[in-house]
This record gives sequence, C-alpha cells and structure tokens, in this order.
Amino acid sequence: MAYDVNGTAVEHDEEGYITNLSDWSQELAGVIAQAEEIEMTDEHWAVVNFLRDYYEEYQIAPAVRVLIKAIKKSMGPEVGNNKYMYELFPYGPAKQACKIAGLPKPTGCV
Amino acid sequence: MSEDGVKKFLYVNRKAPYGTIYAQEALEVVLIGAAFDQDVSLAFLDDGVFQLTKGQDTKGVGLKNFSPTFNALGDYEVTKLYVEQESLDERGLSVDDLQDIQYEDEDDDWAEKPSIIVVSRSQMADVMAEQDVILSF
Amino acid sequence: MATLHTVNKSPFQTQTLISCLGHAKAGDSILMIEDGVYGAMSDTAMAEVVAGMGADKKLFVLAADVAARGIDAGRVAEGVTSVDYEEFVDMAASCDRVQNWL
Repeated sequence: MAYDVNGTAVEHDEEGYITNLSDWSQELAGVIAQAEEIEMTDEHWAVVNFLRDYYEEYQIAPAVRVLIKAIKKSMGPEVGNNKYMYELFPYGPAKQACKIAGLPKPTGCV
Repeated sequence: MSEDGVKKFLYVNRKAPYGTIYAQEALEVVLIGAAFDQDVSLAFLDDGVFQLTKGQDTKGVGLKNFSPTFNALGDYEVTKLYVEQESLDERGLSVDDLQDIQYEDEDDDWAEKPSIIVVSRSQMADVMAEQDVILSF
Repeated sequence: MATLHTVNKSPFQTQTLISCLGHAKAGDSILMIEDGVYGAMSDTAMAEVVAGMGADKKLFVLAADVAARGIDAGRVAEGVTSVDYEEFVDMAASCDRVQNWL
C-alpha cells in the first residue's frame, strides 16, 4: 500500500500511517489529508507542525488528551479544546493529525 | 487504596536501557497506563539508573534512543521518578550524570519543578511498601 | 502491611536476590522460584549472605522448581520453607502486595 506523491510511491501500513518516517514531506501531508478527506487550513498545519516538533523533542506521538492540553498551553484555549480539535480532525485529532504529520500511531491509542 | 478509588502504582526499573527491551517496554506501559488517572511513580534502582543518563546517542547501534521520552512524562502527569542513591554510587554516577527531567506544575502557574527524587535504599524500601500495585521491569 | 516478593533469578547470575533482600521489610515474605531456588540451597557461596540478610524475613522456596532442578530437598537451607503451588497462591492472595524481582 502506498500514497502517490507526484508519481513517487510512499509506503504506508493498513491504517494509512507511513512506514518510513523520513519519507515525510509537505506534499505527502497534503496527499494523506486528501485521503482522509481533510482540507488543510493554517489551523490544521499548526497542529501538524506542533506534532512534528513534539515528536522531534520527545520521540513519541502524544496521546490525544496530552496533545490537546499541550496545544492549549502553546496556542491558547480557543484552539486547544476538544470541540475545536475534533472539528479540525473529525476522526480523532491525535490519530488523524499524526497520520498527516507522518508520525506513528499515538502511544496509548488502540 | 485512597477513598476516591485512586491507587498507588509503582513501576520498578532495574535494567539498563538497550541490552534488553525491558526499559523501553516499561516506559511504553507507563504512558499507556497514565490514561487511567492513578497515582503513578517510577523507581530506578540497580542498573535501572543507567536509563536516565544524559547524552545517550544510539545512532551507531541502530536502536531508537528513547531517553528523550522521559521528558514527556510530565505531560502525562507522571511527576515522581525515585532514583536510588546507592545504585548511583555503586555505578560511579551522581545525579549530575542524569537528565534534568522536569514537569510543569499546573497548580503553581506552570512552574517547572524537578521530577527526579533521589532517595536512599531504605527510603526506596519505604516507597515500595506504601504502594497498592507494583509492576516490575 | 506485608509484601510477598518473588525472585526468579539465580544469585550466582544476577544481583536480583540481593537487591530484593536489601529492599524487603522485616516480616515480608520472599519466595524463590524458577532459577531463584538456587538461592535457597545450603553450603553455597551465597548461603551465608542470604541467611544474614533474610534473618528478619520469611524465606520460601517453590518445591516443584527445586525438584525440577534435581536439588535434593535436604539441600534446601535451614530457615527456608518449601511450598507448593497452592500455598504460593494463598500467599499471594493474603499479602498486601506482590513484588516480582526479575
């Protein structure tokens, strides 16, 4: 299974998480978002970039409640709340945003 | 067990980080278990103290360096990392050789506070004896 | 208030039994299982240390693991009580917590 980024195949697992984290690019993120039926806005990008920074620093994809709390702290309560985050990523902010960010499935996610 | 149903959980780490999978698995279990809102502490004794050393670089051995993840524990509300002084001494380590792991105290204007609590062997025994559940790795 | 500690490593291979004895409280029970049973033998280089550190604790050994290793029941050190699986379960059920030393 693979995403098609301008003719280049990028492998992913059965749930859509990319196999090789170094394959990630902004173009790929757009392709994954399209597969997830998400129209990327600045707000989506802010969350995706936040996740990538978090992974870079701590080597884990955070659980959803940890993500929302951390976003609330760094971007304020109007973004960092359950309702808004689920509006951005209807199938789960941690799961969907991690997928688009090219990270593994969040730790503690079933 | 306290009246509100919160139990005291202690995760005991006695193995060095990369020779076996125990240490990394323990950390993963702690992160998953943190979703259950219990009173969680970690204990590091014997070779377990080697897990917390700073400057780990695993590029040459082809393993994931999971030591940065200890710094995320505060986000998961795991804020008590008991480290045994005798175990450090035996291994020629001091607390300065360990990562400065901190958490932000939500109840104190997000002040950064140290998560590592250095205890003597007999204090570690006291910590163990006050738990409801002990999980060993 | 008491803890049941289990130890499953030989004291000739790892420090596990010594670490356990060093952290257990007076009155705690220590059950040696699997390769841990080698720590319960008399007349070994470890026997005196185990007896000394274990003096204020209750020492047990799982009989089936002793037999499996061809250790004569007479070689189980004085002060160490042999138990069967049923007694092991009873001990685990009646203590306040179980701590496994791996």
